[in-house]
Amino acid sequence: MNILKSRETILGLAIFLLLALIASRFPAFVRPRNLANVFTDTSPLILLALGQMVVILTKCIDLSVAANLALCGMIAALMDGAGIPLVLILPAVIALGAALGGVNGLLVWKLGIPSIVVTLGTMTIFRGTIFLLTDGAWINAHQMSDAFKAFPRAVILGLPVMGWIAALVIAGFAVLLTRTPLGRAFYAVGGNPHAAVYTGISVGRTQCAAFVIAGALAGLTGYLWVARYAVAYVDIAGGFELDVVAACVIGGIAIAGGSGTVAGCVMGALFLGIIKNALPVVGVSPFWQMAISGSAILIAIAFNARGSRAPGRIILKQAEHKS
Amino acid sequence: MSDTAPTHTGRQIPDRLQSPLSRALKSWEALLLVVAVAIFIVNSFASPYFLDPWSLSDATFNFTEKAMIAFAMALLIISGEIDLSVGAIIALASTTIGLAMHAGAGMPVLVITGLATGLACGAFNGLLVARFALPSIVVTIGTMSLFRGISYIVLGDGAFTGYPSGLAWFGQGYVFWVITVELVIFALLAIIFGVLLHRTNFGRTVYAIGNNVTAARFSGIKVERVKFILFLLTGLTSGIAAICLTSRLGSTRPSIAAGFELEVVTIVVLGGISILGGSGSIPGVVIAAFVMGLVTFGLGLLNVPGIVMSIIMGVLLIGVIALPRLWAMTRRR
Repeated sequence: MNILKSRETILGLAIFLLLALIASRFPAFVRPRNLANVFTDTSPLILLALGQMVVILTKCIDLSVAANLALCGMIAALMDGAGIPLVLILPAVIALGAALGGVNGLLVWKLGIPSIVVTLGTMTIFRGTIFLLTDGAWINAHQMSDAFKAFPRAVILGLPVMGWIAALVIAGFAVLLTRTPLGRAFYAVGGNPHAAVYTGISVGRTQCAAFVIAGALAGLTGYLWVARYAVAYVDIAGGFELDVVAACVIGGIAIAGGSGTVAGCVMGALFLGIIKNALPVVGVSPFWQMAISGSAILIAIAFNARGSRAPGRIILKQAEHKS
Repeated sequence: MSDTAPTHTGRQIPDRLQSPLSRALKSWEALLLVVAVAIFIVNSFASPYFLDPWSLSDATFNFTEKAMIAFAMALLIISGEIDLSVGAIIALASTTIGLAMHAGAGMPVLVITGLATGLACGAFNGLLVARFALPSIVVTIGTMSLFRGISYIVLGDGAFTGYPSGLAWFGQGYVFWVITVELVIFALLAIIFGVLLHRTNFGRTVYAIGNNVTAARFSGIKVERVKFILFLLTGLTSGIAAICLTSRLGSTRPSIAAGFELEVVTIVVLGGISILGGSGSIPGVVIAAFVMGLVTFGLGLLNVPGIVMSIIMGVLLIGVIALPRLWAMTRRR
């Protein structure tokens, strides 16, 4: 019976119901090809949500991911413009993203500044840096090399590379979080920081590692985003950080840290992605999307709060209150 | 808040009140005032137009609307909560004002509509956070999408324009010589919130809740009621800001006041309010608002683009918090 009560099962059912509802009127939406498209379209959200998830697990929050994405995407486009081959661009933007995440992480770790303040600041700094680099100019499709644009769209076994990358990262995260010491440390630090210290885990170092991972994913997504939409400018993915946090919240990642699963996180992102892709299909004005995703967030947190109050689950009442 | 991890474990007793940091924070307002005066002097040398009373008066529009909300937000953050939906409340309130105007409502009704929408949004946030015990940061990320989303549903890619000239008084009017209506509202709110926080029992309970919720509860403070009232106040001040902003711009688009929430939080944090709750003062917020306004205005006179200003605001935000901590770290060694 426990499996029926888990958040992931309920969220899975909600997604299934949503798809069934859409399919009853528009059967074409649930064709495998279209579902693959929806998955690919949601890949950036999934990638960033996974990065955000490890940050939230450690009781922090990263509001700078979208700005990090935009900066790394712009750098990727600039490198491409300078004639640098894609094999070098990819590792470079991932490293850059990780370094930017590292800046957040170090400020949180070494100076003990609350993550929301740090990332609020770095968010505007990262985005401003794009402007300094380009003077506000756009880099358009015709200024990008074909190889640069083609890579995320290349289809392998019916799924574009972008979708495959998301799938690989999901698998990697499932292993990282459940099978490695670092993964367990994320949960330990968020679940009870004091206990984590006594078991020999450095809280700050673990939080910093989470920021580096989130940053690296933002860097990777930056390239994918710019290459797929074939445009780079200061405001790409503006406000996307909130969608990312929303995906995590809908996926049942507790904002107080220490609890949440990869499956939940991915489903949270897919839930938002399906709504976004289905609205034009069912003929609802796209202007409804914002209100709908807002309502989805509110319903999800109300639901998660009820779930966490199941009898016998709170062992440390004090720790629960502190968060 | 989600940031309660011990950061200096093993090196010091984890009691914030005894750290050298808090001693440095005691003179925070003084430090900030020095910064404000320094910026003022640098600006007046950098540009010959800076000291003109009319341009100085114009410069206050850079911060008055945001600072109105910052006072209520300061109380909310001191109590350990946060409201990221304030920009969206402005959008929704501005939209309802536009709807009321199209329904043929007169001036007083327009103002009441704006205030009532702000209060209703604040009540909704407060209900979810206080009554259902949900974390405010995610609740308000949700309501942020919801409130602005309703504006998008109503307006789409259109806009409300043609507000009556009576409404223009709030955002474009002058009370006395160069003193704008907005500046007067800002000053009144500063006094009201300053008295409320520093001179009333209610203010003490806000600090008590921020420092130790459990202790506050045991000493008979109705924590939920206080938090609900604080969300109401934040909604109300957002409503006031919405009236001023709508009046000043003379139009409503769903993207109005986008990103306000972050600037409001920046003013509050710059003003020395601990983002972890429990400490800070209203005078600090007032000076921080002026610092923000002066920096933005001075850079504007020097033709620095807005986005570069935002970099400087970001550096300022991290810098003012990081420097005292770096200083404390070097002294410990």
